[in-house]
Amino acid sequence: MLEVRGVRKAFAGFQAVAGVTLVVPQRSICATIGPNGAGKTTFFNLITGHLRPDSGSVVLKGRDITGLPPHEICRLGVARSFQRTNIFPRLTVFQNVQAAFLAHHRHALNLYSRVDRFYRDETDAILTSIGLVDKAHEVSGFLSHGGQKQLELGIALASEPELLLLDEPTAGMSATETHETIALIERITRDRGLTLLFTEHDMEVVFAIAQKITVLHQGHVIAEGSPAEVRADPAVKRVYLGERAP
Amino acid sequence: MAARRRLARVPWGLLVAVAALFVPAIGSRFYTFVATDIAIMALFAVSLNLLLGYGGLVSFGHAAYFGIGAYACGILMKVHAVPFSVALPAAGLLAAAFAALFGFFCVRLTKIYFAMLTLAFAQIVWAVCFKWNSVTGGEQGMSDVPYPDLSAAAWVPGLAGYRTSDHFYMLTVVLVAACLWVLRRVVRSPFGRLLTTIRENPERTEFIGVDVRRHELIAFIIAGLFAGIAGGLFGIFNRGVFPDFAYWPKSSDVLIMTILGGMGSFYGPAIGALILIILNQEITSYTEYWPFVLGSLLITLLFLFPGGVVGALGGLVRRLERMRRA
Amino acid sequence: MPDLSFLLAQSLSGLTAAMFLFLIASGLSLIFGVLRVLNFAHGSFYMLGAYLAFQFVRWGGMGPGRFWWAVLGAALSIAIVGGLVERLLLRHLYGKDELYQLLFTYGLVLIASDAAKKAWGTQQLSLSRPPGLTGASRMFGTMLPHYNLFILLLGPTIALGLWLLLNRTRAGRVIRAAALDREMLGALGVNVSWLYTGVFMLGSFLGGLGGALVTPVRAIVPGMDVEIIVEAFIVVVIGGLGSFWGTFLGAVIYGQVLAFGILIVPAFSIFSVFALMAVVLIVRPWGLLGQPLGT
Repeated sequence: MLEVRGVRKAFAGFQAVAGVTLVVPQRSICATIGPNGAGKTTFFNLITGHLRPDSGSVVLKGRDITGLPPHEICRLGVARSFQRTNIFPRLTVFQNVQAAFLAHHRHALNLYSRVDRFYRDETDAILTSIGLVDKAHEVSGFLSHGGQKQLELGIALASEPELLLLDEPTAGMSATETHETIALIERITRDRGLTLLFTEHDMEVVFAIAQKITVLHQGHVIAEGSPAEVRADPAVKRVYLGERAP
Repeated sequence: MAARRRLARVPWGLLVAVAALFVPAIGSRFYTFVATDIAIMALFAVSLNLLLGYGGLVSFGHAAYFGIGAYACGILMKVHAVPFSVALPAAGLLAAAFAALFGFFCVRLTKIYFAMLTLAFAQIVWAVCFKWNSVTGGEQGMSDVPYPDLSAAAWVPGLAGYRTSDHFYMLTVVLVAACLWVLRRVVRSPFGRLLTTIRENPERTEFIGVDVRRHELIAFIIAGLFAGIAGGLFGIFNRGVFPDFAYWPKSSDVLIMTILGGMGSFYGPAIGALILIILNQEITSYTEYWPFVLGSLLITLLFLFPGGVVGALGGLVRRLERMRRA
Repeated sequence: MPDLSFLLAQSLSGLTAAMFLFLIASGLSLIFGVLRVLNFAHGSFYMLGAYLAFQFVRWGGMGPGRFWWAVLGAALSIAIVGGLVERLLLRHLYGKDELYQLLFTYGLVLIASDAAKKAWGTQQLSLSRPPGLTGASRMFGTMLPHYNLFILLLGPTIALGLWLLLNRTRAGRVIRAAALDREMLGALGVNVSWLYTGVFMLGSFLGGLGGALVTPVRAIVPGMDVEIIVEAFIVVVIGGLGSFWGTFLGAVIYGQVLAFGILIVPAFSIFSVFALMAVVLIVRPWGLLGQPLGT
């Protein structure tokens, strides 16, 4: 599904991503982990077009998408959630998800129809699957942090993606919320046959559902493999020394 | 709640427009004059609000399109004897064309830089109008812009007794109402909804598949189009077109109207135009220190009523409802 | 081909104007860099500085040294006004949309311009040159007024002084840090709120100082607030919003453009000024020495 080869990105002399190669097979669940500053979010930004790699390539389903603008990459079937919650705060929960449908089905240039009638059923379906249907008409800015993260997932799903990129989907959540969210994500990924690539801090989450883990440190890949392999890797243990061991 | 929904279904805009048509019946030339001013500025302010309230784009140079529309319509009608029915749309289209040109560069920038570039372009338009004596009349502007041919109005039952300025006023109300209807449809369309998502979060909007720059540019063009139409109407109403139509205080005046009325609602800016124009008339008859009053009003607004008049009323209504329910 | 001394005279005139502009624009740039507020009222501070200097001279006379006390008094008064404005009013708008802050400063412009009209009328006022600097000397083939020479020397001196303040003192380091990351600074125990007030006062002081110093050279009229703020905007855009030396460079460049542009294309002077600003914003919005956007 996704092949990232040798991407590099530097900011004012600081090498954030220093030659990372990663292959995400179709319908798999992959994770990138690493301590703070390892370059995970920058790496995501390079895939989704928010940043242009200095060198290297990003290939999606055989098509080179390196350097394409974000809205075009989204059109090709990639959806993403962001680390800091990125919703439309003054719109309602319903309107947030509906907007993604509107954009995905190319209604951006429709200047005359009444928008309220569009994609009502589809939006309700998504809201039901992420558990926010009873809050559909609440202003999204007032949702709890967990609720907003769920909404983010809903917005991403409404773009009907094949590849889902989630940047720290359980950040700031309690243990219960984390379990629920991860179960939800896994269920949705399986039900819809999606490919999932996510980054996380919470090791339990990663080891619970990831099939393949890539470990980043200071912009390099230092280990890659199944959860068991990564767990046993001495380089990984060194890098995580001092953090809660998996 | 049900009462509120019933109230919302009443076509207020249409009712106000029809009621407005009866202002000349009062018989006062002054009232008709003020009402024409309000109608035109209402369109100007609502067009700005497409950018400001719905798109989150702060334009300090919206008067550029107002001025271009005014000059285009005025020149076509006075110098080239083009009929109003052609001159006005042409004015709007020319303003839209410039909005496309200027907007192309402006939407590449954000916030402060966007605002400054819109101001720079507006001042360039002003400078051209100021200096291009042969076409625009330069500093003196163009006086004696003719009224459109409204002789047909005499055939409408009941209208024969009124003056040309009254006929023009009624035509203005009809045109402004039509333009506002179009703008309202745009705002309630998928395009309008996605414009608000850009306001809320441009990065996220880009990643649901919207070309944000193109979207903003289109909004810019639409806003410019209607500002140009407002300008064309104003040039006739004012019986003359002058460079200060594009000068930055015009931009700031319309910005203040929009904020005063409330940029969170569609009709807010129109109400702001109404209040500001009437206030201006009242205050300038007492004192020459209108800028002082305006400045104080603006600052008071920003601190006490950031949602404008409509926002404040809305808050009041909500508080009354809560008290009633408690 | 105009002779060298004429060109030189024009260039020096442009440089003199540039020094005044730098003084004012540096205050604007400082306030924007730290507080992220584009202060439209900065031109009003300039104007009020001029009017106040005039008033102080009217009260105290033009005796030896009196002019300088008037200038200092005017600049300090403006600093105090700025402090009050920031402390009592502006700070309540920090959390809100930038638009509100901009409109607030614009409201101040309206109020200040009318207040000045009420206090000093609409007639043009002016001050004569202070004793000691009334003469002129023949230099480089042209007559150079001593006051202008003074300004030409004062400009870089103040620039250097400001630079030293920002880069070699603890206060300066704190100010620069605030421009980069205010939250971090608060977390480090710096009283960010008073820092903001201080920066605003310093910026206002510079604006008022510029206005006070310009009184022997330019007429004091209503409308000078708007004229100067537009020029200050252009200067900071050319130089780069938030860059100190950018502002200096921008002022110098703009001064030369103004001095020679009028000679080349007199009919389009008001046009070319905004065209220059537009071109810079289109081609290189972060100016000559600013930070590229998006980083």
